Amino acid sequence: MSSLTSLTLKAALDGLADKSFSSVEITQAHIEAVEAARALNAYVLETPEKALEMAKASDARRAAGNAGPLDGAPLGIKDLFCTEGVRTTAASKIIGEFVPTYESTITANLWRDGAVMLGKLNLDQFAMGSSNETSCFGPVVNPWRANGGNAKLTPGGSSGGSASAVAAELCLGATATDTGGSIRQPAAFTGTVGIKPTYGRCSRWGVVAFASSLDQAGPMTRSVEDAAILLTSMAGHDPKDSTSLPVETPDFASFVGKSVKGLRIGVPKEYRVDNMPAEIDALWEQGIAWLKDAGCEIVEVSLPHTKYALPAYYIVAPAEASSNLARYDGMRYGLRVEGSNLTDTYEKSRAAGFGDEVKRRIMIGTYVLSAGYYDAYYLKALKVRRRIADDFDQAFEKVDALLTPTAPSAAFALGERSDDPVAMYLNDIFTVTVNLAGLPGMSVPAGLDGSGLPLGLQLIGRALDEGTLFSLGAAVEKAANLRAKPQKWW
Amino acid sequence: MTIDVATVRKVARLARIAEPEERLEQLAKELNGIMSWIEQLSEVDTDGVEPMTSAVHMPAPMRDDVVTEGGDPQMVLSNSPKRAGNFFVVPKVVE
Repeated sequence: MSSLTSLTLKAALDGLADKSFSSVEITQAHIEAVEAARALNAYVLETPEKALEMAKASDARRAAGNAGPLDGAPLGIKDLFCTEGVRTTAASKIIGEFVPTYESTITANLWRDGAVMLGKLNLDQFAMGSSNETSCFGPVVNPWRANGGNAKLTPGGSSGGSASAVAAELCLGATATDTGGSIRQPAAFTGTVGIKPTYGRCSRWGVVAFASSLDQAGPMTRSVEDAAILLTSMAGHDPKDSTSLPVETPDFASFVGKSVKGLRIGVPKEYRVDNMPAEIDALWEQGIAWLKDAGCEIVEVSLPHTKYALPAYYIVAPAEASSNLARYDGMRYGLRVEGSNLTDTYEKSRAAGFGDEVKRRIMIGTYVLSAGYYDAYYLKALKVRRRIADDFDQAFEKVDALLTPTAPSAAFALGERSDDPVAMYLNDIFTVTVNLAGLPGMSVPAGLDGSGLPLGLQLIGRALDEGTLFSLGAAVEKAANLRAKPQKWW
Repeated sequence: MTIDVATVRKVARLARIAEPEERLEQLAKELNGIMSWIEQLSEVDTDGVEPMTSAVHMPAPMRDDVVTEGGDPQMVLSNSPKRAGNFFVVPKVVE
C-alpha cells in the first residue's frame, strides 16, 4: 500500500472522492508507514486506534454524501496543538502527561472538515530551537542523507517532526507553527512546502504559547497546492483569540496555477550575507531567472534593518516567553517536584521540567524585562521591530512580493551546532524578519545542493496576500520540477 | 554590560528556576555571549520611533461580559498533580 502514502493531499482527496480507495485504507497504509519509521522519531505519540475510528466515520460521511473538504485525509499534528483527550506536551517534561480537556481551534477546524489524526509530532521544546535537538523526546532525524553518507541530519526546527513526517510520507500533510522560522527552515531542510501565514490569519487558541506576538500556525505539505488546501481549512476568524483577524478566508487553492505575469518581485540586497554558500546564492539567481521567465519583473529593493532582526527577536521572543512560561509552576497540571516551601517547590519543579535552551531563554527574557534594563533592551527592541516593519512597508510600495533564500545552509548533522546558541540562532536570519513584521512567508523546495540535499527559496508577501504567494510558489515549484525524494533507509 | 554570577543568581531567582551554584559561572558565560551579540541594536537610530507592540493593525476587540463556560471542576482538576475533593492541593502559602 506504499503508493497510497506517496500521494499528494490533493490526489488523495480526489481518490477518496471517486472511491478509488477508502479513508480506512489510506489511513491504515499511513499507520503502517509510521510504525516502520520510528527510527526517525518524528511522532511522539501515535494514535492508530483514534485514526481508524475517525477514518471509519469519514467513510460513513462520504457514503451518506456529507464529505467535507478534507474528508478522510490522514494528517500529523505538531505536539504544540492541544488535542482533546490526547496527550499534549510541547516536548517538555514540565507539561508531562497533560491531557487537554479541549481542542485547539485549528485542529477543531481540521476535524470539522473531515481530516483524520495519525498522532502527535515531535518538535523543539516549546518550539524553541532550529534543529529539533531541544525536545525532551530526543531529536528528530531528517529522512534525507547526503550522497554517499549515513550521518544523521537535522530536519530543522522547531517543526522538525512535521517536516520529517511529511518528507518521509508518514502523513499527507501536517500542522506546524512558526515564531522565527520554525515552519520555513524545516521545510527547506526536508524538501517540503511550508507557509507561515499573516499574523492573525490562524487562531492561536489552544496552541501552547511561546511568543504570542510572533507565533503563527501554518501547514507543511509535499506540494504548494496541498499547502493551499490545508491552510484554507486551518485559517479563519476566531473570537477566542483577540488577535485573530476578522477577515474572510479565500479559497487559497484557487490561486495555484494563476499567471504571475506582470508581478513585481523584490530582491532585497541585504539578504546577500557574508559567508553565504555559493550554491545557495546560485539557487537564488536561478529562482530569479525562473520568475523572470514566468513574466515577473525583478526589482532590487533595500531592507536596511535586516541585520538587526535577529538580535531584536532575541529580546522580544524571550521576553514574551518568560511571561508566557510563568504559568508552569507545578500547581494545577504538569510536573511538580515537592520542595521545602512554596517558592522552593516552584523553583525545583521548573528546574526539573524545563530543558536547557528553554531555561536560557526564560533567563534572557527575565533579565531584559527586569528593573533598570527594560528601556535599554525591551523598549529598544520594540522600536527596532517597528523599523523592520517599516522597511517592508516601503518595499511593498514598489513590489508585490519578495524572493530570498529560506535558510543560510542545507540540513546539517545532528550535534554539529548544539554547543553555540548564537550559531544556532543564525539559522533564522532570513525568516525571522517576517515574524517581526507579521507578514506571510512561504518556503518552496527549489533544488538540491552538491551533496543531494534539498534547498528552499522563500517568498514574502504583503499582509493577507497569501494568494499571491501561492501563485508564485506554484510557479517556482513548476519551474524547479524536483522529482527527488529521500531514499528509504529507515 | 557584563552579567556576573550575582546577576545570574538574581535572575534565576526572579524566574523561579533553581540553578545550582556550580552552574552559575557557565550560565553567565552563555548569557554574556548572547547579550553581547544583541548589543549591536544600540547602532540603530530609534529616536522618535513608536515601539511596535502588536503585529495586527486593529484595536483589541471587545466581547460581551458574559459567562460562556464553566462550572465543571472535574474538567479543571483532571490534570492536577495533587487534589482533594474539588480542590488543588498546594504547599502552605501562609504560615
